[in-house]
Order: sequence, then structure tokens, then C-alpha cells
Amino acid sequence: MLSLPTIHCAGCMSRVERALEAAPGVRSARVNLTLKRAAVEADDKVTAEDLVQVLEQAGYEAHELDPGVLTVTDADTGARDLLMRLAVAGFAMMNVMLLSVAVWSGAEGATRDLMHWISAAIVLPAIVFTGKPFYVNAWSALRAGHLNMDVPISLAIILAVGTSLYETMLSGEYAYFDAAISLTFFLLAGRYLDYRTRATARSAAQELAALEVPRAVRLRDGAEETVSVSDLAPGDVVLVRPGGRIPVDGQVVLGKSEIDRALMTGESLPAFAGPGSAVSAGEVNLTGPLQVEVTAAGKDTSLHRIADLVAIAESGRSRYTSLADQAAKLYAPGVHILAAVAAVGWYLYTWDLRVALNIAAAVLIITCPCALGLAVPAVTTAASGRLYRKGMLIKDSTAMERLAEVDTVVFDKTGTLTLGAPQPVGLDLLSKDEAQVALGLAQGSSHPLAQALVAELTGSAAPLTDLREVPGYGVEARWNGRPVRLGRAAWVGAGALDVTATFLQIGDDEPVALTFTDSLRPGATEALRGLKANGLRVLLISGDTGGAVRRFADEIGVDEVMAEALPEEKAARITELSDAGAKVLMVGDGLNDTAALAAAHVSISPASALDAARVASDMVLLGQDLSPIAEAFDVAVKARARIRENFTIATVYNVVAVPIAIAGFATPLAAALAMSASSITVSLNALRLK
Amino acid sequence: MNVLVILIPVSLFLGGLGLVAFFWMLRRGQFDDPDGDANRILRDDYDDKPKT
Repeated sequence: MLSLPTIHCAGCMSRVERALEAAPGVRSARVNLTLKRAAVEADDKVTAEDLVQVLEQAGYEAHELDPGVLTVTDADTGARDLLMRLAVAGFAMMNVMLLSVAVWSGAEGATRDLMHWISAAIVLPAIVFTGKPFYVNAWSALRAGHLNMDVPISLAIILAVGTSLYETMLSGEYAYFDAAISLTFFLLAGRYLDYRTRATARSAAQELAALEVPRAVRLRDGAEETVSVSDLAPGDVVLVRPGGRIPVDGQVVLGKSEIDRALMTGESLPAFAGPGSAVSAGEVNLTGPLQVEVTAAGKDTSLHRIADLVAIAESGRSRYTSLADQAAKLYAPGVHILAAVAAVGWYLYTWDLRVALNIAAAVLIITCPCALGLAVPAVTTAASGRLYRKGMLIKDSTAMERLAEVDTVVFDKTGTLTLGAPQPVGLDLLSKDEAQVALGLAQGSSHPLAQALVAELTGSAAPLTDLREVPGYGVEARWNGRPVRLGRAAWVGAGALDVTATFLQIGDDEPVALTFTDSLRPGATEALRGLKANGLRVLLISGDTGGAVRRFADEIGVDEVMAEALPEEKAARITELSDAGAKVLMVGDGLNDTAALAAAHVSISPASALDAARVASDMVLLGQDLSPIAEAFDVAVKARARIRENFTIATVYNVVAVPIAIAGFATPLAAALAMSASSITVSLNALRLK
Repeated sequence: MNVLVILIPVSLFLGGLGLVAFFWMLRRGQFDDPDGDANRILRDDYDDKPKT
């Protein structure tokens, strides 16, 4: 399973499938454009990384997904179950409507009774089956001692069907079978939309979480064995190959290398690691193999301590009441009181229980929870569909509403506004010889800085001999009989700089510094400009060193900066802002951002973020591009406006219809017309977002 | 009006047939990728013969 965030057309689909099927060992590949995924059947030898490479060559960004995550199918069965009920409700509704048309157009006596009886025969089993989700929800709400939207819905359905059945037995004039079943149909439609939006987002987010494979290579009596991280105990020695992520907290016992702490601390400068240095889970080993003695594994690692921070931050986050909840809170008791008052009033007026119950059923049906039930899901489906096409995934159902309230945006630097990939600067200042030597040396290493140099330097490499990599320090070789070195400041005898740099030394000459900046993520400037244009306050908080952060902030035009921030400080700053009344949007990717992400009012992380960060955030960017953030804000504001409009429409409609129902003038025809009209208006209004 | 005795069962049966067909399609996963299916028709890979 591969995630393909950038595919969007028939051409992409066939190019991706062809590229995959041309890859050796692949038996078949099929793209799912709706979910932006590809399912690949291949030999065991074929790894996902190979396929990701193949697709990158074909020009498509791809990420590996864990096929073992079964939640996808769970989500599918849930959606399918609702769709099945929706189909049954639709079938029953259409048939009953046909029969009802006969009654409305004047069928009388035995014919009308026959129509009613057939309707009852269709509706009774259908309503038991299709309404189950509502009954179950309503019952659990009642047992917990509170009211939700499902209580009036279930009551309306049951009361309508019950009184209609009674009326039919007595050859009565009015039966509300059609209203009951179409109510169920519209509500199921809303429920299905809601469910599908959330399920797609949830399953994709969970699959992304599976990007990291929790395995480690343990050394036992000199032999390597691959074990699950959860099986490791303190005292074990694990081997971490260059490019691998360190699975545990520990101490280096053998080997020298450099480690990338960007995800843990936000530092963009790789740190040296040799025997005796402490490393923690989540860091990436860059140059040489390391043997690490485990001091803490699993729940005791610093990774998990950060997870604990997240838990604390989350418990501090006040529970957000969505617009739908607010509406339900007003609606549910209001409707019950109205229906009860109408029933009691008519009973006292006529002393006829049958009339009173009929009126109560009419009131419950005509207050039309279906417009309210569709008001929110229709809008969020339209809005999240639009954002999904732009490459943004909404994980939390209330995230959109919260995003609309945001007035302050906090960005992390490394890995969020930047790609976390170094870009050399000022290479044209090098002499031709220096450039050629640097290229030759850089080709001898897989260190990210060396790779960046290889990608940027042009021309041919100088002929070098005795090329060897010194793990943890750099690369050295001989050129025209003189030793040449490319590596850390201390190794070549230069003073360290406060920006990412590597040093080139030829013979005994003064070492030359090759400095790097982190390349800006595509769309970052657009996103910042868009957010500022909306009058939002933008801050930059990073764990990186002061110099690097400030230079970067000037470059992209952010005034408020906080550098060298520890994870706790980041979260504390967010809380401080929130306490001052700001609604904060946090955008971050590292473990050091996780607590801040959880503490913020709403949060976004890129797909390249560590899984902990993605779990803590409300929205995930699927591609490299940051520009959807600004657009997401626009869409969220619009979506909130649409939801409010929908509630207004539903309210206006009720203000007109309820008095009619209470007065006893409502007929099944009027109820059916009004219900359909309001549901369709609400849905159309939501579609304006697309 | 006696024709109703035939017509109503017939209409119910036809509607039920549609419902059963829908269930079958749902189970076979024909609604799993609506966007993809809409676009797949535009590609010419398998115009001559079906995909094996």
C-alpha cells in the first residue's frame, strides 16, 4: 500500500500503474484515486522503499503505508453498513411515496386503507432496520442521563409509525409512514456523509502512523537478529546502521558517527556521537554504524516522556463544543417541550388521546431534525473534500470550526517551514580546484551535507586517491600528493560557526567553510502571505540555535521569534498565548512540537512529521506543499458561515411550520413537502462551498 | 382499480430487484473508488482487450 498525495487525473493514474507494473517483482498494481492510494501485489523481495523510488523517478511523491493496519477495512464496513441502510430507506421511501401520492390525490375508503396497510408493511421492517443507529445512540444517551439529537429523532420515528399504525387500524385519514421513512432517509444521508469524511481521514492518518516500523537489530553473541522494539530490555546492545532511526534511549558503546536530532530538538546541526555519548529514541544516525547499549526502552524512553507531556497538554485543552452540539442542546429539549405541550393542550381541549398523540407526532416530525442533521455534515463534507483535493487531511470533526476561530499562528522551523534538507550557499565563491576537490570528497560519503554538495556542485570531480570516510568526522583523501579533508570544524582545525557548515581543507591551507541553509518548503511563503493577509499574527518558535532562526525569520518576514525553545517551553508559550485570549494554530512536525501541538487550539503537521506529532495534530498535510494552510483557513471561515446559514434556514422553517403543526393543520403531504424542501435547501447551500 | 392488485406487487418486486442489485454492487466494492472509475474510462490501455 502506497499513499500518493499528488495524483489527481486519469493520466497520473495510468502513469503510476505502468511505472509500478514495470518495476521488477511487481505482479499487479491498482490505484484508488478517491483515497489517493495504490495497492501493489509483489514478491516478498520487493520493498516499499524500492517502489517509492520508482514512483519518484516517474515524478510522483509517494509514502509507504502499513498494509497490516486493518482499520481501513473497519472504516469501510462501517460506511458500507450505513450505505446499506441508506439504500433500504431509499427503496422504502420511494415505494411508500408512490402509494402516498395515491392517497394525497384523493383515494378514499377501502383503497386508502389498502394503501396505508401496504405502506405499513413496507415501512415497519424497513424502519426497524434503517433506524437502528439512531435508536442505539438515543438509548445510550438516555441511559447516561442526557439528551442528544438522536432522542427526538427516535421519538419522532417511533411515535409517527405508532400513531400511523393505530390510525390505519381505525381506517383513519392521515398516516405519516412516508414522513417517518423519509426522515430516516435524510438523516442517514447526513450520517453517512459525516461518517465517510471522518473515516477516510482517520484511516489515512492511521496508515501514515504506520510509516515507522518498530523494529531494531539486536546484537547477541556477535550475531544480528531483528526484534521488535518492545522486546528490548536495558543492557541489550542494538546496532543502528547509517540512515537508521535510533529505536531506544541508550549509550554508544562502539562506533563514531553524527546524529541528526532535528525531530527531537529542532536543531538543524548534526551532533557528534562516539563511545560514551547518550542518544535518545527518535534520533537519526547519519554516517557510521553505531552499537548502542539500551538504557531505556519502550515506555521509559524520552520519546514516551514527550508522549506524557502530550497527555497533560491534552487534558488541559478545554473540551470544544461544536456548533452542532450547541444546536442540539437548544433543539432537543425545545422540541420535547413543544410536543408535550401540544399533546397535553389538545388532550385537555378535546379529551381525545388519539388526536393529542397525532398532533404530538406531527410536531415532532415537522420540527424537522433532518435539516439540522444535514446542516453540519453536508458542509464539512464539501469543505473537507475541497481541502483533500488540495492535499490536506482533516482528522478531527470539529477541527474545521476551530480553525475558523484562529487569530494567531505559530510555526516550527526545522522540518515544517523548511524541508529539513540542507542546501549549500555561496558555492560560487570557491575556486575551481576547491570545488572539484569538494565534489570528489563529497561523493565518498552518504552524509546529508555531502549529498547536498554532490547535488549542487557542477563540473567533474578532482582525481582523488585513498578516499576514506572517518565516521563522525568527515571524509579524507589525497589529491596531487596533498591530504585533503572535508568534515567537522574541530577535525580540520577551524572554529565552529553557529550555522550548519562543513569545512574543506586542502593540504595545510586555511580551512574553507561551506555553509548550508535549510531549503524552504514549497508554498511556505504563500502560506505565510495568505495568513498575514487575513490579519493573523504569525510567530516562529524553534529549538534551533538563535543565529540560524533569526536569519531564517528575516528571510521569510516573520517578526516574532523564539529560539532554542525546549519542548516544555514551546507548550508553555502556547498556553501563555491561549491564556491571553488568543486562539492558536500550531504548525509543527517534530517530537519537540508534539506537546505544543496538543496544547494549541488547533494544529497542523506535515506528512513527513513523526507519528507522535501527527497523532497530536488535527490536520495533516499530505504533500510537501505548505500553501494549503492559508487556503484551509479561508475554507474553514466559509464553512462556518455556511453552517450558521444552514441553522438559520432550519430555524426560519421551524418558526413557520411548528405553529401550523401545533394548530393541527399539518397534513402528511405538507410535512413531506416541507421536509424535502428544507433538506434540499440546506444541502444546496452546503454545495456552494465546492 | 383491480389492476392495482397486480401493479403494486410488480412495482415492489422491481424496486426490490434494484435494491438487491445495489447490495451486490456494494459487496463487490464497486463504490470504493468513484473518482478513479470516472477517470479510468478515459485511458486507452485496455481498449482492445480486457486487463488480464
